[in-house]
Amino acid sequence: MALADKDRIFTNLYGAQPWNLEAARRRGNWDGTAAIIAKGRDWIVEEMKNSGLRGRGGAGFPTGMKWSFMPKQSDGRPSYLVVNCDESEPGTCKDRDIARHDPHTLIEGCLLASFAMGAHAAYIYIRGEFYNESVTLQAAIDEAYDAGLLGKNAAGSGWDFDLYLHRGAGAYICGEETALIESLEGKKGMPRLKPPFPAAVGLYGCPTTVNNVETIAVVPTILRRGATWFASFGRPKNSGTKLFCIQGHVNKPCNVEEEMSIPMRELIERHAGGVRGGWDNLLCVIPGGSSTPLLPKSICDDVLMDFDALREHKSGLGTAAVIVMDKSTDLIKAIARLAAFYKHESCGQCTPCREGMGWQKRLMDRMVEGRAEIEEIDLLENVTRRIEGHTICALADGGVWPVQGLIRHFRPLMEERIAQYKARHTTMPMAAE
Amino acid sequence: MSHPEPDHFAFDADSNAQIEKIVARYPEGKQASAVIPLLYIAQKQMGRATGSAWVPRVAMDAVAERLSMPPIRVYEVATFYFMFNTKPIGRFHLQVCGTTPCWLRGSDDVLRACKDAGHLKGYGDTSQDGLFTLSEVECLGACVNAPILAVDDDFYEDLDYDRTVALIEALRRGERPQPGSTIGRQTSAPEGGPLVLHDVPAAGE
Repeated sequence: MALADKDRIFTNLYGAQPWNLEAARRRGNWDGTAAIIAKGRDWIVEEMKNSGLRGRGGAGFPTGMKWSFMPKQSDGRPSYLVVNCDESEPGTCKDRDIARHDPHTLIEGCLLASFAMGAHAAYIYIRGEFYNESVTLQAAIDEAYDAGLLGKNAAGSGWDFDLYLHRGAGAYICGEETALIESLEGKKGMPRLKPPFPAAVGLYGCPTTVNNVETIAVVPTILRRGATWFASFGRPKNSGTKLFCIQGHVNKPCNVEEEMSIPMRELIERHAGGVRGGWDNLLCVIPGGSSTPLLPKSICDDVLMDFDALREHKSGLGTAAVIVMDKSTDLIKAIARLAAFYKHESCGQCTPCREGMGWQKRLMDRMVEGRAEIEEIDLLENVTRRIEGHTICALADGGVWPVQGLIRHFRPLMEERIAQYKARHTTMPMAAE
Repeated sequence: MSHPEPDHFAFDADSNAQIEKIVARYPEGKQASAVIPLLYIAQKQMGRATGSAWVPRVAMDAVAERLSMPPIRVYEVATFYFMFNTKPIGRFHLQVCGTTPCWLRGSDDVLRACKDAGHLKGYGDTSQDGLFTLSEVECLGACVNAPILAVDDDFYEDLDYDRTVALIEALRRGERPQPGSTIGRQTSAPEGGPLVLHDVPAAGE
């Protein structure tokens, strides 16, 4: 059963209506915001916990619990909310739609979330390439200030709240929360060691929570319609509705909000016109953005799109960017291009990542040609295991998982490529005259 | 440095007005946070003044001075982030996304069209007439509208070889086609129109 329009949070996903405040109010944004705040900080955090919302930026950490780590009493330092709109995981393009078409759901969410964490100020960090989106979002923020929804006594709630937009400048690594904080402070985006965690020492050394755009933008609707409503979608521990980005070799690529735990096949066929050439022409799917390992068709046939189901298959929901590849795909090349991406985006701070991403890319480039020895597949797999888990942040983990997924499910393809190369390049003995 | 560096840079009135608003977004004493925004302002000003949007060393120094930062901290930022051009570029910056989601949808054709129509040898090249500079960029975050070509700050989406050639020829004629889908799609909705969101109160009701 498909999600009904009445249960969609992002009612202007495609920008069919204006993004402005007047239209947003008609869609139900900013309705009774002060009354929600009047219920108090503890009520909001409890309601978020009960909703089962897990972070929409990729890691899937329970949102309500994350908020509860923020100090209840200030020790003199201010608290901050930082919203991560550095949407850069290849395949992911959902936060862009929120910023340009539904900015007021995000802005209202910033106020509610900040209140729940005792923050009087929040920053939205938007990737530099989203220039036009940042213009819209800034205009929506200005509009909210003019209407008294931000600033002193925001939305008549009694809570003073300032919201600022900050543009990045083209660095995938700044989507990592501590790199984002470094970048926001005016430095190179190099991740910090944890602990201390941002909730203790974050932006400007103050308690900080970093949340994804989609995570914050669903907050107002959850608090208005109730945790039970949100939790009624999806399987237990995988609650809610979710934005999916369906792309690659499908007939009609699109973004769509659907119920969590929808079968992958249904998602692709109902909303994206199915796989090009039919379902049987499917080779594999990267289910949740570039760092989630690919799944071959046999798993895609009946896998559900949620955190736990995809994890059971050693992949993940990630950002729910569904990258479909049909049988015409040079799969080794597709994954090698991801290896090139991670090499390009490594910040260079940790040796296993700085050196490893380059090494992995070079070996993958040879695998594309088949110019390798069969044993080097094992060597490649072995080296990815030595990189994984040995760096400050998860970029290198995300960089090796796609290659591990390729080896796990398509080793015969790699072996065949090597054999073909050898067959082409074996020097034939000269025939005797 | 193989390119000529100007020996002077000063923010103009337009830039100064923006700087004042931006610095006010950050707490007292944390004005270093404004380094990325100020580098953008410098780059845009260079674009306005010279037709080539880049950040020369003297502009980095001006940013450092304005934010009371050691110049090296500004150089670090300007060279760490991909969107600052540290050498002169063409009038239009053609940025081809070559990451897997765009590649699956034909970004090789977009690249070929840029080379053919823009008279460009490959990535990093600037055309002899100074109009175009060609760069490969990593995922631009518009993947359901792949393949994408970003021209300066605008995304052109759902491209193929012919439409990319037409776009570049329009730029050469001094036109600026409307950014977004080049096949008339409504943003990220499926081709042919949205399959959902029909039951939403319309604006004006």
